[in-house]
Amino acid sequence: MNPTPSIDRILPEVILTLTGVAVMLLDASLKPAWPRRPLGWLAAIGTTLALWASLWQLSLPEGAGFFGTVETTTFTVFFHVLICGIVLVALLLSLDTLPPDSHHQGEFYALVVFGAVGMCLLTSAIELLVVFIALEISSISTYILAGYRKQTGRSPEAAIKYFLLGSFATAFFLYGIALIFGATGSTQVYEIAHLASTAQNHALVVIALAMLLVGILFKVSAAPFHIWTPDVYEGAPSPVVALLSTGPKAATFALLLRILYEAFPALHSLWAPLLWVVAVLSMTIGNLAALRQQNVKRMMAYSSIAHAGYLLAAFAGIGSIGIAAASFYAAAYAAMNVGIFAVITLVSGYDEKYPMIDDFRGLVYRAPLLGCVLIFFLISLIGVPFTGGFFGKFYSFSAAVDGGALALAIVGLLNSGLAAAYYLRLAAVAAQRPSDEANRAAVPKPQVGVAVSAALLLSVAATLVLGIVPNGVLRAAQSGAHTLQVPGQPTDPPSAAAAVTVEMPPKP
Amino acid sequence: MSFHQDVPLAWYLLLSAALFSLGVIGFLIKRNLITVFMSIELMLNGVNLSFVTFAHQWHAVKGQIFVFFVMMVAAAEAAVGLAIIIAVFRTRATLAVDRIDLMKL
Repeated sequence: MNPTPSIDRILPEVILTLTGVAVMLLDASLKPAWPRRPLGWLAAIGTTLALWASLWQLSLPEGAGFFGTVETTTFTVFFHVLICGIVLVALLLSLDTLPPDSHHQGEFYALVVFGAVGMCLLTSAIELLVVFIALEISSISTYILAGYRKQTGRSPEAAIKYFLLGSFATAFFLYGIALIFGATGSTQVYEIAHLASTAQNHALVVIALAMLLVGILFKVSAAPFHIWTPDVYEGAPSPVVALLSTGPKAATFALLLRILYEAFPALHSLWAPLLWVVAVLSMTIGNLAALRQQNVKRMMAYSSIAHAGYLLAAFAGIGSIGIAAASFYAAAYAAMNVGIFAVITLVSGYDEKYPMIDDFRGLVYRAPLLGCVLIFFLISLIGVPFTGGFFGKFYSFSAAVDGGALALAIVGLLNSGLAAAYYLRLAAVAAQRPSDEANRAAVPKPQVGVAVSAALLLSVAATLVLGIVPNGVLRAAQSGAHTLQVPGQPTDPPSAAAAVTVEMPPKP
Repeated sequence: MSFHQDVPLAWYLLLSAALFSLGVIGFLIKRNLITVFMSIELMLNGVNLSFVTFAHQWHAVKGQIFVFFVMMVAAAEAAVGLAIIIAVFRTRATLAVDRIDLMKL
């Protein structure tokens, strides 16, 4: 047992928490008339610092801290960097698109940062109590954010649907934890891995895993548990959807990887077929429903269900191959989805007067650069080579083939073809020359500010890098997969090594 | 005669499962937002009973600590949930689940 708390193991979370508290306190103490926009920049700076802190954690020896409740490995650093990047883009996007006179703007930034704390902690927690707390920190923040435009009818409706179904899922997750605690007497992931295979009551372990899966699959909006997604994405403010369609999802997929591959590798023969079915259902239902949508946000909601399916296909892969493919897909999906929601926010406006597909008509002529960016993200979502979406799908499906699930890969490819139909429809509408002047006058030209340009640039660059030179990211995902694969001792942080790392200077 | 041996642990677990199931059923069939929300609280309390029972079975204090955290989180959730319900009521003037239907498939 490690006597020192080893605060360096949770440094990014500490920085994010301090930033969030600072933003909240400043918001409360500043005069009401003063602008709250600088608080958004403060939040963005804090998130950037947290990103650097995550990278710095690579210089620590891998292992656990805080009495075996959190750990830092390449896997956690990979997801920390991803989540901090997503949150940074979402903050930059909100900086330019939230109306400057809106009340509680400071709270908005604080909640985004607090949500980031939960998501980051979720990826590094190895004790189910911490997992539960982290899940709730991220969920409760996003429930509030979903209802941020509370004067309208739709935003509170989205928030209440998200809240009720999210809490329902959390209760299942919690019951799963209780049952696994009953079956093994432990709630630590590595201990569970050791004890689950020898547990006397095998049925209890199986039921516990089923409950945990119900809770997690709800959160990632996989198919039988996806009903909340379209309504929440349609009703919540677009900058918030940019965050909650990517950040919590990436974090929850990291949790799913950890629970399945680290806590329950013994039950692989049980959960692999289950996820096979869920993957097929998610892809097919998501794509078929997306085909008939007229609202772009709703269409993207179904598209995100389908993408959850593509990602789950990677879970058919064996061990580290599957983990690496899933991690890579999470990064590629996050890059293009956060980007496309930035474009949607700009076009439809904060008050969402123009969310329909028809409102995107002639976007390439109204705002040439923005239109091209939209088409680029759509191409990446289809999975055309030289974009992040292509390699994401490529690795995911080849992991499935590698794991012997050829049928799953074929269903995935067929679905990608199906998905191209609605992505191309939006791209074609955007590239169409507006026929009548009335239509062109109806939808105003989007205002692109500095912060949102930076957000778009970041997500375009990330999508391009993942598509042209995916090797670096893939190698990071693979080394992360190896650290997740090798289960350490139950409580092993060597106190001597931890003491040395406290004094270690940060890497230049 | 010791009282704590009179009731087998399995009974507590069955009661906990029953509470959880009642919560699930209430969540699915009730048509008032407040009642639906109360059903979730019932589910959480069912889980808490399981934690306490298992903590007794394993002689591990971990399970009981878990209960405190669950209660704390449930309180935070209730604060946010009720605030959202108020926001819904202000814009829609109803708490009926069937009438909160601006967005449909």
